[in-house]
Amino acid sequence: MTDRKPLYLMTPALVWLTAFMVVPCLLILALGFFRRGIYGGIEYTFTMENIALVFDPLYAGIFLKSAWIAGLSASIAVVIGYAAAYAIAAASPRRQATLLFFAVLPFWSNYLVRTYAWIVMLNREGLVAGIAAWLGYEGELPKMLYTESAVVIGLVYNYLPFVILACYAPLSRLNPEIAEASRDLGGGGWTTFRRVILPMTVPGIATGFVFVFVLSIGNFVTPALLGGGQFQMIGNLVYAQFLTANDWPFGAALSMFLIAIMMGLLTLQTFATERASGARREE
Amino acid sequence: MRSTANPKLMLMILSAVFAFLYIPISVLFALSFNEGGLPTAWTGFSVKWYGELFRNGDIMGAALNTLIVAVISTILATILGTLLAIGVETRRRKGHFLETIIFAPMIIPDIVLAIALLSFFSLLNFTMGLHTIIVSHVVFNLAFVCSVVRARLKTFDWSIVEASTDLGAPMPVTLWRVVLPVMMPAVIAGALLAFTLSLDEFIIAFFTAGAGRDSITLPMQIFAMIRFGVTPEINALAAIVMTVSVIILALSQRLNRGRLPGQ
Repeated sequence: MTDRKPLYLMTPALVWLTAFMVVPCLLILALGFFRRGIYGGIEYTFTMENIALVFDPLYAGIFLKSAWIAGLSASIAVVIGYAAAYAIAAASPRRQATLLFFAVLPFWSNYLVRTYAWIVMLNREGLVAGIAAWLGYEGELPKMLYTESAVVIGLVYNYLPFVILACYAPLSRLNPEIAEASRDLGGGGWTTFRRVILPMTVPGIATGFVFVFVLSIGNFVTPALLGGGQFQMIGNLVYAQFLTANDWPFGAALSMFLIAIMMGLLTLQTFATERASGARREE
Repeated sequence: MRSTANPKLMLMILSAVFAFLYIPISVLFALSFNEGGLPTAWTGFSVKWYGELFRNGDIMGAALNTLIVAVISTILATILGTLLAIGVETRRRKGHFLETIIFAPMIIPDIVLAIALLSFFSLLNFTMGLHTIIVSHVVFNLAFVCSVVRARLKTFDWSIVEASTDLGAPMPVTLWRVVLPVMMPAVIAGALLAFTLSLDEFIIAFFTAGAGRDSITLPMQIFAMIRFGVTPEINALAAIVMTVSVIILALSQRLNRGRLPGQ
C-alpha cells in the first residue's frame, strides 16, 4: 500500500483530536498569560502575573500539600501493590491469570462509586466504627472521614490495581534461575530480593509510582468527597478558578504547572526504565 | 520466582490485599439490600431501594442522558478510532509526533482536558449541553478504541489484503470485506471499553455540560448525591452502576483474547 491511502483513514480522527484536544490545550497555554478581566472575563493583554501567583506562598503551600499527599499515596500504593504483584507472580501459572483478573477488576468500575464505598466504610455509623463498637470500644472514635488520611486511603484504593499490574509485568518476566544463582552464590532470601530481584523490577515500580502520583496530584474528586472540603489540593483549586472564582487565567496557569510536573515525571520514568533495561543488557 | 517465595507469607499478602480491594465494595452491595436502609443494623433483605430508584425522576433522567452520551460517543469513537488504527498500522513511516497525539488523550489529566474544553467551547460561544459532552468523550474514547484495535492489528496477516488487491478489489472494498471482518472482535472489544468509559466518566462531563439541569449525566447526579452523605438510594444506584461496568468489561475481555483492556 502506498503511504497516501493511510492518510485518508487517519484524517477524521486526527482532525477531531486537533480540534478538540490540541487547540483547546494550546488555548489553555495562552490563557495563562492573559489578564483577568474586571468582571471575571479575560482581558487580552500579556502578563506574567498568573505565573508569578502560582509561586505565592499561599498557592505554593497548596502545591506542596498536594505533592505530599500524592507522594504518600503513591508510596503506600507501591509497597502494597508490589507485595501483591510478587505474591501473584509466585502463584501457579493457571492461578496467576485469575488472581490478576480479580486484582484489576475494581479498577474498571466507576471511580465515584469506589470512592463512595469509603464514605460508607469510614463515616460515624460506618463499618469501621461498627467493628470498633463490636470489639467493645466505647470511647469517642477519632474522626476518620473528611480527613487527610481518608483522602490518602481513597487514592491508594482507587489506583492500587494499576500498581499491581505495573509491578506484575517485570516480576512475571523474571527468570527464576537468576534468583537461584544468587542463592547458590550464598545470597540469603533478603539479599537476593534486595540486590537481585528489586533492581530488575524498578521499571514497574517507577511506572506505578508515577501513575499514582500524577493522577493524585491533579485529583479533585477524592479530596472533595473524602476530604470533605477541609483542605484544598491543586485539582480543587483549578476547579474553583473555573467554576466558582471565575479567574480562568490563573486556573490555566495552575494547570500548566500540573502538566509540567506530569511531563517531568514521565520523562524520569522513561529514564528509569531505559536505565534498567540497559543494565539488563550489560549483564 | 516460585522457589524463592514463602507460601504462607504469599497467602497472607494476597488475602490482605483482596480483602482491602473487595470489602468496601461488598459492604456497599450488602447495604443496598438492607431493608431499613441504615448502615448500622441489618433489618432484613429487601429490593425496595432499587424500586425507589426507578421512581426517582432525576435519576432516571440522568441515566437516559448518560445512555445517549455513551451510545453516540461510542459509535463516533469506534469509527474514527478503527480507521485511525488501520491508517497508523499500514503507514510505513512511524512518526513520533503522531504517536504522541494518539497517546495523549489517555494520559492527559482529566481535569486539564476538562478545563481546556470548557475554555474552548465558551470562547467560541458554543451553547453547552449533551452534544458538547459527546464531542469531548469522543476525544479519549477514540484513543482507547485505537489502542485496542492496533494491538490486534500487530498480529494481522497482511497477505490477505494483498490477495484481495491482486484480485482487483478496490481499497474500500478490501477494508470493508476483508480487514473489518477479521478485526471485528477487537473493534467490538474497543467499542465496549469506550462505552463503559463514557458511562462512568465524570470530570469532563461535569465541565462541558453547561449550566442546564437537563444535561446532567448519571455520574454528575451521583456526585451531587454523595456530597450530602450516605443514603440507601445511592447504595442501590452504586451497586447497579458497578455491576453494569463490570459485565460490559468482562464481555470486552472475552472478545479481546482474555485480556482486560490496558493489560
